[in-house]
Amino acid sequence: MTALTINNLSRHFGGLQAVSNVSFTVEVGERRLMIGPNGAGKTTLFNMLAGALPVSAGRVVLFGRDITLLPAYARARMGIARTFQITNLFPRLTVRDNLVLALLAAENAVRSRHRPVSANHSLMHHATRLLDKWDLSAIAGKDAKDIAYGEQRQIDLVLALAAQPKILLLDEPTAGLSAAEVVRVVGMIRSLPRDITILMIEHDMDVAFELADRVSVLHQGHLIAEGDVEAIRNHPQVREIYLGVDDE
Amino acid sequence: MTSQSKPLGLWPLVATVVLLAMPYVLSTYHLGLVVQMMIFALFAMSLDLLIGYTGMPSLGHTAYFGISAYTTALLALRLNLNAWLALPAGLVLAALTASLFGLLALRTRGSYFLMITLALSQVVWGIAFGWRSLTGGDDGLPDVPRPALGLHLPWSLADSTPFYYFTLLLVAVATFLLVGIVTSPFGYALRGIRESETRMLALGYNVWRYKLTAFVLAALFAGLAGSLYAYYNRFVSPDYLNVARSAEVLLMVILGGAGTLIGPAVGAVLIVFLENVISAYTERWLLALGVIYVVVSLFAPSGLIGLLRHIRSRRATP
Amino acid sequence: MNFWLIQTLNGISFGMLLFLLAAGLSLIFGLMKVLNLTHGSFYLLGGYVGLTILHLSGSFVLAVLVGSLAIAAIGVIMERFFLRRLHLQELPQALLTFGFLFIFSDLATVIWGTNPQTIPKPAIFSGALQFDGFFYPSYRLFIIVLGLIIAGALWWLQDGTRLGAMLRASVDDEEIARALGINVSLLFTLVFGFGAFLAALGGVMGGPIVGVYPGADFDVMLLGFVVVIIGGLGSFKGALIGGLAVGLLDNFGKVFFPELALFTIFAPMAVILALRPAGLFGRE
Repeated sequence: MTALTINNLSRHFGGLQAVSNVSFTVEVGERRLMIGPNGAGKTTLFNMLAGALPVSAGRVVLFGRDITLLPAYARARMGIARTFQITNLFPRLTVRDNLVLALLAAENAVRSRHRPVSANHSLMHHATRLLDKWDLSAIAGKDAKDIAYGEQRQIDLVLALAAQPKILLLDEPTAGLSAAEVVRVVGMIRSLPRDITILMIEHDMDVAFELADRVSVLHQGHLIAEGDVEAIRNHPQVREIYLGVDDE
Repeated sequence: MTSQSKPLGLWPLVATVVLLAMPYVLSTYHLGLVVQMMIFALFAMSLDLLIGYTGMPSLGHTAYFGISAYTTALLALRLNLNAWLALPAGLVLAALTASLFGLLALRTRGSYFLMITLALSQVVWGIAFGWRSLTGGDDGLPDVPRPALGLHLPWSLADSTPFYYFTLLLVAVATFLLVGIVTSPFGYALRGIRESETRMLALGYNVWRYKLTAFVLAALFAGLAGSLYAYYNRFVSPDYLNVARSAEVLLMVILGGAGTLIGPAVGAVLIVFLENVISAYTERWLLALGVIYVVVSLFAPSGLIGLLRHIRSRRATP
Repeated sequence: MNFWLIQTLNGISFGMLLFLLAAGLSLIFGLMKVLNLTHGSFYLLGGYVGLTILHLSGSFVLAVLVGSLAIAAIGVIMERFFLRRLHLQELPQALLTFGFLFIFSDLATVIWGTNPQTIPKPAIFSGALQFDGFFYPSYRLFIIVLGLIIAGALWWLQDGTRLGAMLRASVDDEEIARALGINVSLLFTLVFGFGAFLAALGGVMGGPIVGVYPGADFDVMLLGFVVVIIGGLGSFKGALIGGLAVGLLDNFGKVFFPELALFTIFAPMAVILALRPAGLFGRE
């Protein structure tokens, strides 16, 4: 079953064509990795999928519904969650409050709308459980701006997961992390259930090939290759544009 | 709440007792000063909702203070409407104006938003100033009657003590509501918007709608303060809407400490107090105020509450 | 027919003063992202200093020069020692510029008193120009011409000089401009001083027709904002077109709807905000 389809998606900024006619389909539960050199248009594409950037041309279809003109917040309510390439937390709120905000967005109970948040015990417990699950309880009370970079990237991910999304858009989740931290985050991603579809931008080839079911390769705004890990690893054009890919 | 808030303990109780006892301890003049302090505390807290909690730098907040004041005054003066009608009518007009101005201004951000909100409120000032037949222009509206409640009570709101309790009641209710707003999911969302609008959008919040709602809510509370001030002074003039008023309420928020509600309330008390003290000795109140602005902007942008927290954290980590 | 011509020229000449005010405001905002609430003070002080210099020296030219340059110096000092510390902090900047606005406003009444005054027109322009039975004060025509000359000079500065190029680069992207070696801090100070210069120039030039009085700072400040909102930020063209538009609206507004004069300015402003928030010629 198809989760996400994009048709001839394009985006230009003035004279600069950032994304040109990209089309692909992602199945439910698939782990699709998007790779490509800097400036290939990966984050621009992401922003169009998330609704943070309007498209210049093309369509985005989510679970059969055309969401091309839907604003970002409406897409989030439909089950799209995203992380950010540059850390985007709520800096002066505690880690717990960061999570609370993510959970409140998904909360539907009208009753709780007028009561103080701190009195909403089920919500607060939910937040605590989430932090426990990912082993992050120690930093719950710290302001988001005061935690380590590696922890920030993890919280970035947990925030996206809080609303139990159907589609997860991960923008370079391992960027800037130490080797140990990368292992941690990859572990987190790998442990996610298969009812979540994951579309992920990644620069680290090892991580990308480790997690991917299929890989899409972008170069200068064009989709130049798509296939399973083996196919991409051996793809001549891909090897050409990527210097330093391991020859195995 | 953030890691820095702590339970208030007995303070609310102490404050309540003190406020209830004021008329028995203070002279009429000083009691009037406390009434002004409460009114401006409400005004400042209403602006804090925008500046401190939502991160919207609104410079034209006095427009709603003034519009509600004029509306209430005109209805009481010309149509003899009682307070049950005149006061809410002021709030309604303040809210309608805020909806219009919000729709226009919310398409912009940052310094541009600053300018537009100020320009819009100054246009209101200009209209109040120029439309003599309606507003009395520069002369204002004198002899506004104290609120008529239509009840047969043994005391009259024209006297200072009953009016003090009237104001205390309304301001207390309003404060209670404000606290409820900022601790509610809505209040949390406002803070999220202040910290990162893009993240809030990504989480599914309709940020624009939250901002507009906050804008109108803030106007309602500012309007209440304005109408109360009209009743207290028994006089309304374009001074309710001028640049000095816009600047003053901003100072109260920043001086006290934005984003805390109590900070701006304290800031308001301080400024009202200072104004009275300084005006008694010199005509150069505007000059003194200007210097205070410069000093606060350069040396205390987090306000008194910020200073307090800084001292407390320095003590905690030697 | 004469009536319309006179009113139109009145609106245009007033509009030129607004252009001078708004050009500086727009430039400061576009480059430094600062809403300079003290800008009206520069106008006011320019007028007052010009008045004093005129009384002391009898020379209109000297009044204009000294008035504008003195206020430019004040602007430089204000930026260099105060405003610079609050880079990109909108609210503290608003507080600071408010503060100076009130300080200058009060000091002006202390130094020059509370009575409205006028600057006498220079002798050569004290008469009227006659054309086919139509009379019009030559001073106002002089303002229109001067305004056009200054507009042309600013245009040339912006588009034809290296300084202008550095300015445009810094407006577009401050970080990259710094990385390119442009001394953005110095540029900020110069621009702020220049903006003050233009405002003060407007204040002196406007002295003979609008007068110099307490409260002029607040009056022109509001009009300046409206000009910038309508004309757009960071654009001299916007300041000129916006200034002329507001000058005409203000003038005709006062003639036809004296009680609601500000409404005739508010309505177009609201329309622009609703349809094109960046202003007619805004770059953003």
